[in-house]
Parts: sequence; structure tokens; C-alpha cells
Amino acid sequence: MIDLIVLPLIKIVIVLTGILVTVMYLVLLERKVQAWVQVRLGPMRVGPHGVLQPIADVLKLFIKEDITPVRADKWVYTLAPIIVLVPALIAFAVIPFGPEVSIFGKPVPLYLADLNIGVLYVVAVASIGVYGIILGGWSSNSKYPLLGALRSSAQLISYELAVTMTFVAVILASGSLSMVQIVEAQRANGVWFAFVQPVSLFIYFVGGLAETNRAPFDLPEAESELVAGFHTEYSGMRFALFFLAEYANMIVVSGIATTLFFGGWLPPFPSQIFGLVPGWIWFVLKTFLLLYLFLWIRATLPRYRYDQLMRLGWKLLIPLALANILVVAAVKVALTR
Amino acid sequence: MGQAIAFYTLAALILGFSVLVITAKSAVHSILFLVADFLFVAGLYVLLGAQFLAVIQVVVYAGGIMVLYLFVVMLVNLKRPPEAHQDRRRRSRLGLLFSLVVCAELVLIGAYKLASPASLVPPAAPMGPHNVEQVGWLLYTDYLIPFEVASMLLLVAMIGAIVLARREL
Repeated sequence: MIDLIVLPLIKIVIVLTGILVTVMYLVLLERKVQAWVQVRLGPMRVGPHGVLQPIADVLKLFIKEDITPVRADKWVYTLAPIIVLVPALIAFAVIPFGPEVSIFGKPVPLYLADLNIGVLYVVAVASIGVYGIILGGWSSNSKYPLLGALRSSAQLISYELAVTMTFVAVILASGSLSMVQIVEAQRANGVWFAFVQPVSLFIYFVGGLAETNRAPFDLPEAESELVAGFHTEYSGMRFALFFLAEYANMIVVSGIATTLFFGGWLPPFPSQIFGLVPGWIWFVLKTFLLLYLFLWIRATLPRYRYDQLMRLGWKLLIPLALANILVVAAVKVALTR
Repeated sequence: MGQAIAFYTLAALILGFSVLVITAKSAVHSILFLVADFLFVAGLYVLLGAQFLAVIQVVVYAGGIMVLYLFVVMLVNLKRPPEAHQDRRRRSRLGLLFSLVVCAELVLIGAYKLASPASLVPPAAPMGPHNVEQVGWLLYTDYLIPFEVASMLLLVAMIGAIVLARREL
């Protein structure tokens, strides 16, 4: 009974709280990083060096008026932010934060579920998130959101293909679809897949930037053209849900990159000193380094033009991903022979 | 017991949402209900222990095909309800015909079940949790030819779509 219901519930609560707090402070980190890059200070007023800024932001979003446009499709308008957020959160179910540890002499795995189709589960969940964006833009009954939603869904569908194909390459190398098994395969290999398959990592990360609508692929919400893209009409808590989903998705993309390419909870070198640090700390550390890369890229690169984005996706990344699968499969066959 | 409850709940949800799909006034709402339907069908697959099929169901139908449907519905202005056919009786006649066909099928299946209570095909070995390999194995051995034919069909459809779309260029 305890193993079946109580333990998973505790884990779910811990993971969800962790995500919410991480998102709040990720926003602050983003503003700080942007500021440092541009030789500014960033938020400084609320608390020392602005550490209480996220709390102030959340309070503001809570008490802000929640507007529904008169001619909006009310049901769909309300549903859209939820459809975006839920997939972003349930993707965390298969991300392994650490190996099995014993708490009070009881073995507890530091993940919610080790599905034998873990990687495919992530793909499936991500493919549902697209609906929220399309419907949010459509139901607002306004021009900018509709254009933003069309752009965004085209972008998501295009880059989903390339990202899924990098998963195939990793699955070929590890011989399993389970996230935990993929990390174990990297331990057995003695080297992370990032060094074995740099091409896969590159395609995955570029695709991940596009999937989360982050700069330089933030066309769906290009301010200079589309005001705020698909969520132009949203305000208050419903806007906050979109915002939360975007940052939660960034964490998902980084977490999956950590698991598939950077050895998950494994320490950088299998030595005694590194082994003292618990696995989940390594996982968080690697994930945050990748998240920092997201912020760094946003501060560095200008936005792509829409036709450039499509050309990059279809004419470069997808052929590259296909060739990558061929090479990985050939090498695997050659090595096992 | 738990499985039966889960099955009947899912079945009721699937039927309920299917009714909503055909009664919804707005085409976008119909699509949403259909997506929900597909997700519940994926739930049925999970109940049968076919997690791989469940995920593929979500990826291909709920996540891929329905998004394209949504695109079409959004781009084609459907504010105006489709005009009824000139001949009013045509609709009811077609409806009657189709419902008769479906009823006949159900009766046939029921009769077949009654006639041969012990199924002739031996029940397949219980699919363990690792059914990805089993699906792959079946696809490349027993069902190789249908699999290849289906892929050819998809290729032809793809080339056809490109040819039609680029005719003006």
C-alpha cells in the first residue's frame, strides 16, 4: 500500500514543488544573465540582489485581472493553457533524477516510473503540447495570436521529426528505450553519449531550442512582428500557465539531454571523490549547465527569419539526422560483428 | 476486478466522447473530442499491456494526424454550417444504409463468437512488458510483406502530395 500509493504521491509532490521553485528562479536567473551580458545589474530592488523578485512576480500574476476576449471561444480559451502545461509536467515522470537510494533502510528509486518505452513516452507527451498553442491562438479570435499559433505549430511539427530521429540514434547505441537503462548503458560504455554521438547532441539541442520556442527560434512570439504571438490575449494566471509551461519545457529538454547524452546521475569520472556526491546533485548540476546554455544563447544570437528556420529544419537538420542514424547503425553493426 | 472497472470506465468515456465528436457544432470542438477519444483508446492499450502500441497511438493519431486536421479546419473558414444536400431524403437513406451495415457486422461477429466459443487460434503468448522487440520481430517476420506494401503506399501518397502541391511552380 505504502509502496503503491503513498511513496509515488510524495515523490510527485516533491518533483512538482521542485519544478515550480526552479521555474521561478530560472526566470530570475534569466533576467540576471541577460543583464550581465548587457553590462546591467538586473533586478536588484526586491530583496538582496533581487532574490525575492520571483515571489513578487508570482503575486503580481495572481492578483492581475484575468481577461477573456468577448468573441473568444471561452471553453477552448480556458483549456489551452492547461493543455500546454500538463504535458510539460507529466514528462518529468520518466526522467531519472538518480539511481536507487536507500532512505531509512528502504530502497527508493529516484524516479517516478521506469517505463520500458520511456523515450517514446516523452515524444508522445511532447506531441500533445502542440494543441495548447494552436488552440490558444485560435480561440483568442484575434489576428496576431492566430498567426503566432500557425507559425509555432509548423515549427514544432518540423523540429519534432529531427529530435525524434536523434532519439532513434541514442536508442540504437544503448539498446533500450528506458531512460534508466540508457544511463546504465553509458556507465557500461565508460563514456557519455555526448562524446560518442556529438551530431545527435547538436541536432537534439537545436531542435530543443525550437521545440521550446526559445531564442533564436522564438518566432511564435517575435515581439516586433506579432506582439506576443499565440498568448497575446492572455493575462493574469492563464498567461502565467503558458509562461510556466515554457520554462518547465526548458527544464524537460535539459533533463532529457542530461539523461540521454551526459550520463544522467553519473559523476564525470568514475572516481572515489566524485562518487561521494549523491547522484541527483550531479543530475541537477548538469541540467543547470544546459539551462544556462539556453539563457546564454538567448543573450547572444539574433532571431532567425521564418524561411531560414524552415530551411534549417527541413533541409539541414532532418537529412543530417537521417544520415546520423545510418552511421550509428553501421558502426553498431560493425562493432558487434 | 480493477481491470474490469478500468475497462468499462474507458469504454464509456470513449463512447461518450465519440457521441460528442459527431454532435459538436464547432469543427474545432469535434477535433478536440476526437483527440480525447484517441487518448482513451491509448488507455485501453495500456490496460491490455501493449504500452508500445499505446504510445504509438498517441504519437501518430493524437499528436500527428489530428494536428493536421486542426490545421485544415482552422485554415478553411467553417463559420458557416455546410449546406444540406438538395435531396433531403438522401441523408436519412444513407444513414439507414450505413447503420444497417454496422448492425449486420455486429450480428455477424456475435454469431461467430457464439458458433465457436473456444477460439480456434491459440491465445498468443502473454506479451510481457518488453513488447517493443516482439512488435518489431513480428513486423519483420510474419508481417513483412504487408509492412513493406504499407510503406510503399505511404511513399506514393507523399510523392503524390508533393506533385499536386508543386504543380504551379
